[in-house]
Amino acid sequence: MAKKVNIQVLSELAAHQEPYDGRMPLAAGHRMCIGCGIPPIVNEVLLAINKPTVVSTATGCLEVTTGVYPYTAWNVPWIHVNFQSAAAVIGGAEAAYNVLKKKGLYDKDVEFVAFGGDGGSYDIGFQSLSATVERGHNFLYVCYNNEGYQNTGYQKSSATPVGAYTKTTPVGKAKVGKEGPRKDLTMIMAAHGMPYVAQASPHIYRDLYNKVKKAMTFKGPKFINAIQPCTLSWRFAPEDTLRLAKLAVETRYWPVYEVIDGKYWKVNIKPKRPKPIEDYIAAQPRWKHVLKYPEILEQIQKEIDDKWNHLLALEEASKILAEREGVDYDALFALPKEEESTK
Amino acid sequence: MGYELKKWNEIPIGAIVDEAGSSMINDTGSWRILRPITHFDKCTHCLICWIFCPDDSIPSSPEERYETDFDYCKGCGICAVECPYDAIEMVPEMEVKLKELEG
Repeated sequence: MAKKVNIQVLSELAAHQEPYDGRMPLAAGHRMCIGCGIPPIVNEVLLAINKPTVVSTATGCLEVTTGVYPYTAWNVPWIHVNFQSAAAVIGGAEAAYNVLKKKGLYDKDVEFVAFGGDGGSYDIGFQSLSATVERGHNFLYVCYNNEGYQNTGYQKSSATPVGAYTKTTPVGKAKVGKEGPRKDLTMIMAAHGMPYVAQASPHIYRDLYNKVKKAMTFKGPKFINAIQPCTLSWRFAPEDTLRLAKLAVETRYWPVYEVIDGKYWKVNIKPKRPKPIEDYIAAQPRWKHVLKYPEILEQIQKEIDDKWNHLLALEEASKILAEREGVDYDALFALPKEEESTK
Repeated sequence: MGYELKKWNEIPIGAIVDEAGSSMINDTGSWRILRPITHFDKCTHCLICWIFCPDDSIPSSPEERYETDFDYCKGCGICAVECPYDAIEMVPEMEVKLKELEG
């Protein structure tokens, strides 16, 4: 047998499988596509929390594939609600739990997590997400962003990038795919001034694990936006799912960063030599045609560069702000260590 | 696989499913075209394949990665691509099945 090279984070996560009888929180036998990127996100988040968790999901791929009645793939309590209400329902569950706790009817520590796709977070569920955050419920919202309504056959959502083909933005002589750039939900959520906002990629499990762990130390609403390459609609081979999630970070298309209190920013991964965006585009047949249109390509590159420079500037500004306010910037983003010492 | 439909008066109120993880009744392994073969002499039990497996078909303990669960593996090949030690190889399911029939 070869030498054991355990990766400590993964070994730690594997130990968190204990409440699920040594299996993943999302059980096998669900009907997700071959090579889907959602289960790694869900499993990484729920294993990182490692506490009794209540989950609600908006309608979307995750909901229709895991909740085929009369079976469920969830090993945690799971509430299925309609498209727009994932955040509102988890907020309600949290409020009910608080009442029970106050009356002394229940004493366990429970965490609340909502999962939503980009349709359920960027578009349809946005008002309920925004309102739940504004009410200040203690929950974590995870958006798995596959850049379109994949469940119904890939219609355009506001997360779809410019020039991409969807069923509702076809490519032809008059128009080339989607017009206009994608909405930046992570920035919008940061503008709510909520305790913790982050953007992550499932390929960088260490980063996502740290982010969830850090998020759980805050009381109040938390938001994580994770990219999820969709093998069916982006039309790449199923084995490339996580390779694309990695490429999105390496090309700076999907910057991985976090925001605390809506004012302190930190970019977690800074690719020194970013790969050209053409690599990422060429890997996705849904988007490949834009390589023939230099003006769209230029627009995409400009959007990426602008956002990246904006983020770096925000990071520098928050360092200055922290210094002015007398806050230790590095300690702010340091990992919680109390748990490890008590073990 | 046994699908037993409940009668109307047996369905819980609100269509609650009272058994966690009951989807394991579905043998999604029948979707598979390519089969991942793990070479345990190359495997270092780093668990990278385990965290990326979308179908929970790689049972693992903190120390060890066990044999793939072929009842549920859909054969996506993510484990073979992500394995840093090239310990997983994808072979056509047909070949394995034919060999099983011959032997």
